[in-house]
Amino acid sequence: MASHGIEIKDLFKIFGPRGHTFIDAVKGGMSKAELNEKHGHVLGLKDINISMPAGQIQVVMGLSGSGKSTLIRHINRLIDPTAGSVTYEGADVCQMSKSELQAFRRHKTAMVFQKFALLPHRTVIGNTIYGLEIQGVNKADAKKRALKWIDRVGLSGFEDHYPNQLSGGMQQRVGLARALTNDADILLMDEAFSALDPLIRTDMQSVLLDIQQELRKTIVFITHDLDEALRLGDRIAILRDGEVIQQGTGQEIVLNPADAYIADFIKEVNRGRVISVETIMNRTPLDGAVKITLKASDMLETAAQAMAQGHETSANVCDDSHKLVGSIHLKDTINAMVMAAKH
Amino acid sequence: MSLFTEFPEMSRTDLRDFKKGIDGAFKDFNQAYGEGIENFFKPLLYFLKWFEDLLVATPWPIMLAIIALLVWLGSRSWPLVVGTVISMLLIGYLGMWEDTMFTLALTIVATLVCIIIGIPVGILMAKSNRVQAIVTPILDIMQTIPAFVYLIPIVIMLGIGLVPGLIAVIIYAAPPVVRLTNLGIRLVDVDILEASDAFGASSGQKLMTVQIPLALPNIFAGVNQTIMMALAMVVVASLLGVHGLGQEVLKAVNNQYITLGFMNGLAIVAIAIVFDRTSQKFGKRLQKHSEVLHG
Repeated sequence: MASHGIEIKDLFKIFGPRGHTFIDAVKGGMSKAELNEKHGHVLGLKDINISMPAGQIQVVMGLSGSGKSTLIRHINRLIDPTAGSVTYEGADVCQMSKSELQAFRRHKTAMVFQKFALLPHRTVIGNTIYGLEIQGVNKADAKKRALKWIDRVGLSGFEDHYPNQLSGGMQQRVGLARALTNDADILLMDEAFSALDPLIRTDMQSVLLDIQQELRKTIVFITHDLDEALRLGDRIAILRDGEVIQQGTGQEIVLNPADAYIADFIKEVNRGRVISVETIMNRTPLDGAVKITLKASDMLETAAQAMAQGHETSANVCDDSHKLVGSIHLKDTINAMVMAAKH
Repeated sequence: MSLFTEFPEMSRTDLRDFKKGIDGAFKDFNQAYGEGIENFFKPLLYFLKWFEDLLVATPWPIMLAIIALLVWLGSRSWPLVVGTVISMLLIGYLGMWEDTMFTLALTIVATLVCIIIGIPVGILMAKSNRVQAIVTPILDIMQTIPAFVYLIPIVIMLGIGLVPGLIAVIIYAAPPVVRLTNLGIRLVDVDILEASDAFGASSGQKLMTVQIPLALPNIFAGVNQTIMMALAMVVVASLLGVHGLGQEVLKAVNNQYITLGFMNGLAIVAIAIVFDRTSQKFGKRLQKHSEVLHG
């Protein structure tokens, strides 16, 4: 399990040849439109402060152009910030030298991409060992470790296939296996499932949650899909026009949208079907005689139904291997299902 | 009014002095450094001579078997191997075996030199826009300037012989491999490069694991073009005293021997087709991964 979170502090990104010269003006309140019209520079990220928890899934959600892909690229510094810091294990990624950054990317992070970005000239196994090869791990050892993850993502038997012999879903499994084989604490997933069709997307989400159950990595997951954000995110940050407009757990956001924009988002979801028991459950199972045991992946609708029909006001929650992981109350369940009428 | 009817030319004496000055300076330069330059190319001369002798000295059945084997390894195509063997037998039967070996040696060595110089230059061009801006016009000159023009300084410096011939061929044949290496690397998908960066690849690792492998089809097309252009130059090279099929063509031109001209000309064509088909099929096999597309 990863023991360190990622601290993003006062992060700004201004795109353009002289971005740093406008940083004070932007901090002083210059708007994105003014910066663009008067100075021809684009404000990518503005004053981002997110504390990403260790060993959990941090979702960053936003529509296209909100800066979410720019943000995730600051964590492994594929994009250099204009100001601010990204701290991991006490070191500021933004201040690292070229060789430190290279070591950080090799050993601490792994990334999964929206368009898969597999090496087309390499087979599944050749792609999966890529990270280890870059680290300089010997081939035999790398292959052994890669085969384990190829098996884990369900691609056994496809080791010698080339990426374009595989479907999109299978290609992204390779992408996931490649990232996991790296054995890094941080997993960066940039709209990793967005290019997949809905059924396969749900399937891949399950694969990820299943693996996370066991590995407890610090995962940063970018998406534009609220359902996906709510299903995967231990914590969610919502981005608009390069600014964080709300962050918290899925339940907090669904129950207390920060503004009309988010409320608008939330309105579209059938909350009973979107919020899982896991999202709102207490992480301590109830002692004594509890008649109903729900699954963490059950949706609130199912939970409410089960408790209502069983004339119970609470239930225990177990994971897929039938281990008790928490509990849930009927009142909380109904609260979470009914739209808060604040906005 | 004379300005409109007559171009304001440099005066005749100035122009003469201008030409004389440059020619003189070049001759002085040659007198001072000519021997050093000649010595610089000595290793190349020895290598080419050795390779020529090797091809000529090897008994023809063995040579034929080696050629057939190489064509098979490259193309994995029986029709091509059979076609190659028949053409080579015909070439030998018509008394052109030895000349063909000379031409083959020159073409192979010229192509090797083009690759050894061209691929690194192409890589540098792809990595730096400034290098590209400098090298591109040089390549334009190399490809379009009439060969006879650059033969003049080459002959002044190195005289007549194998090395000047080889250099003339290289100047003409090198641009495609340089251009297509540059193009191939620049066309590599940025998403894949980003992935490579994200895994912490150094620029050398990126070059070896992503850029060169993905540029290979283009690089290969460049090598193929380089071979074709080298073969096209063997007749011009024969003006510099390089023996081989080109010299026979030259003899035919000078004496109006139609049959001799066509025999040797067609022998060059046959070699060109064998090189082209073999290298193209080999290039295609390198692209095995792009064959089967999932729907």
